[in-house]
Amino acid sequence: MKHEKAKKFGMVIDLDKCTGCGTCMVACMAENNVPFREDDTDKLISVAWMRVYRLTNGKPFPHTEECFLPRPCMQCEGHDGHSPCVSVCPATATDYDMSTGIVSQIYTRCFGCRYCMAACPYHVRQFNWWDPLWPEKMTESLNPDVSVRMRGVVEKCSFCIHRYQTATQKANLEGRRELEEDEYQTACTQACPAGAITFGDLNNPGHAVHQMVKPDPNHGGRPKNPKAFRLLERLGTNPKVYYLSSRKWVRRAGDNYIRQEGSQNHS
Amino acid sequence: MDSALIPKGVKRCPTWQFVLWIGAVSGVLLWGVVAMVLIYFKGLNQTNMNNAYGFALWIWADLAVIALGGGAFFTGFLRYLVGKDELKNIVNYAVLVGFCCYVSALMILGFDIGQPLRGWFIFWHANVHSMLTEVAFCLSAYLGVLTIEYIPLILENRQINKVPFFHHLAHNMHEIMAVFAATGAFLSFFHQGSLGGVPGVLFARPFGYRTGVFVWPWTFFLFTWSAAACGPCFTIFITKLTEKIVGKKLVKDNVIELLAKISGWMLTGYIIAKIIDTVYWATVTAPSKGFAFMDFYTNNPGSIYGIWILIAEIGICGVIPAAILITDRGRKSKTALWLAVLLAIIGVCLNRWVMVLQVLAVPVLSFESWFTYFPSWQEIATTILPVALGTIVVSLSYRYLPVFPQERELNPYEPAADDVLEPETQELAEAELKPAQA
Amino acid sequence: MFPFSFEWIWDAGHMVFMGGLWYALTIMGLGVTYCIIKAAVDASGENDGNHH
Ligand code: SF4
Ligand code: SF4
Repeated sequence: MKHEKAKKFGMVIDLDKCTGCGTCMVACMAENNVPFREDDTDKLISVAWMRVYRLTNGKPFPHTEECFLPRPCMQCEGHDGHSPCVSVCPATATDYDMSTGIVSQIYTRCFGCRYCMAACPYHVRQFNWWDPLWPEKMTESLNPDVSVRMRGVVEKCSFCIHRYQTATQKANLEGRRELEEDEYQTACTQACPAGAITFGDLNNPGHAVHQMVKPDPNHGGRPKNPKAFRLLERLGTNPKVYYLSSRKWVRRAGDNYIRQEGSQNHS
Repeated sequence: MDSALIPKGVKRCPTWQFVLWIGAVSGVLLWGVVAMVLIYFKGLNQTNMNNAYGFALWIWADLAVIALGGGAFFTGFLRYLVGKDELKNIVNYAVLVGFCCYVSALMILGFDIGQPLRGWFIFWHANVHSMLTEVAFCLSAYLGVLTIEYIPLILENRQINKVPFFHHLAHNMHEIMAVFAATGAFLSFFHQGSLGGVPGVLFARPFGYRTGVFVWPWTFFLFTWSAAACGPCFTIFITKLTEKIVGKKLVKDNVIELLAKISGWMLTGYIIAKIIDTVYWATVTAPSKGFAFMDFYTNNPGSIYGIWILIAEIGICGVIPAAILITDRGRKSKTALWLAVLLAIIGVCLNRWVMVLQVLAVPVLSFESWFTYFPSWQEIATTILPVALGTIVVSLSYRYLPVFPQERELNPYEPAADDVLEPETQELAEAELKPAQA
Repeated sequence: MFPFSFEWIWDAGHMVFMGGLWYALTIMGLGVTYCIIKAAVDASGENDGNHH
């Protein structure tokens, strides 16, 4: 069997287009059987794989500006797959897949120590504080391709890995080894009414995500596009989610800078 | 009533008083058990932890009791491997206290995991690169060592020791105790260190992250070092506290002073290393990630994590106790010694607190703010539960086992008429003395 | 934990880590076994002595 080139699935989110409507969150909840509770107001104990943050430039009216920032799992590669969360899990319940670049989560093996949550600076990982319960009729609309989780384990965005698996199986049946770009897309990407999310293989120069950010392989995938940035680039997490913004303050909000530091962000 | 079980030649409080004491502590224990049942049946929603505070009071308690329980391995190391013979008069108690600390730690870890029935996965599916795996393995193995060290003491109970097999077993175990002590020191070095590694390796958490050598961040060594320095302080503290409670002297001053002196020098070394580490982290490591030192100490609600915490940890609870303990006058003064060990204990607990909770409290994403947390009563009760359990174990051990070899000499006691030795115990009087001296 | 768990790899990490662990456990196990056997022998010797 010919050894296929490793893929590196990634996402580009155009913050100039995002309106903060939250459709991506809803689509994700439905696609991935994400549990919810009757009162889900406390966002620190509820589960959402995709979360939209509201950023402001902190200036008084009339100079106030806002920006919405959707945040899935960054699928950090770290240094050679040494993602912040994968390296710490004592039970090998989360893994960095070198062939897709996706950080997996094995719900039945996670025993809920939450060390990975402490390791992830993006608050992507969330814990099932309660038994997931769906209103009676709703159990019939659960996605059969995604296992539901149990109380006491950690879960997080998987880049809809089940869609990749389904698409690969279908392609294999048809005698193809490679997927077309549109054969594997995440739920949030397809749902976004503003078309702000683009998804694809960062290793494939033919894919839109690659063309949009132009990842620099010599600098751990840092974008060459001056409008693009990654969250907390300086920590060395090496994320695979890129953001685009034409506004400088938004790009600067993506990382931490010491006050005197001149803008190290591309302006 | 239970006089047949009490070591010979020592005085213990009347049975009713003892039962009353155990009853009172059991009340607290029961409170903890209620919380434990709630947590096991209803899950971790009984706590006030959340997705930002995945680690909280429990992990702190774990780190703290293990640091304090470090007195066991370090005293054992000094006694059996370095050959500080005087310490034989306190090593039993150090082991006992250490044993309670480690039982506590494992119990709390048991509460802390979301799927307790899968706890064994940490061993079975071990990821050898995770600091927590190393902690779990070494901690469990070391609890085994402590049990082995504690067993001979149990076997020396007046009645148990009458059985020839147990008598010999205790004797044999004493004979090769150095082997166990060495294994314990080896395991302790690694798990104390790995606990330091837990925050130290989090390269995406600038408050905890430290550079280091090979796979070990500097916190690895700092944690081991501080446990070796402050653990003995806790042993001294508990010994002194026991003396206060039972109202008599149990260990001679020279023994305490020796341990205090070693502890003082260890603490001095540790504090110097800690200061160097802090300066390097504040000026090199953190800025390289985009954080100024004061970012970690300002703008948080109620200034809970103000710079005071660093001053308290390193200055007040580090430099001061170290300065007291390395001087002869400091060690000889009762008040100064009390103050020093107390400060050292608070210092190490504070260090563990910031290395767990402040790591998570500091906002890392520029558009998030500080996270706050206050434990729920269930968390507090389950944290106190093992303390109550430990108190009971220590009380029972003190009453029925020859924990303090110097007690008889320090407190000459003529048994009252109704307590006169039965003839059969007299026969064994000599046999009993032997293992205690071994 | 064991070479037959499927995630086991014979790399330096596993050899050093698990090597250290099994080494410590073996010492502890052997030590305790030695003490127990010797105690049994000592005790039976004593009993014999009493009988004669
Ligand atoms: S964003 Fe968090 S959960 Fe996702 S790979 Fe990175 S560290 Fe892990
Ligand atoms: S919570 Fe689960 S996935 Fe996370 S580190 Fe613990 S065992 Fe691993």
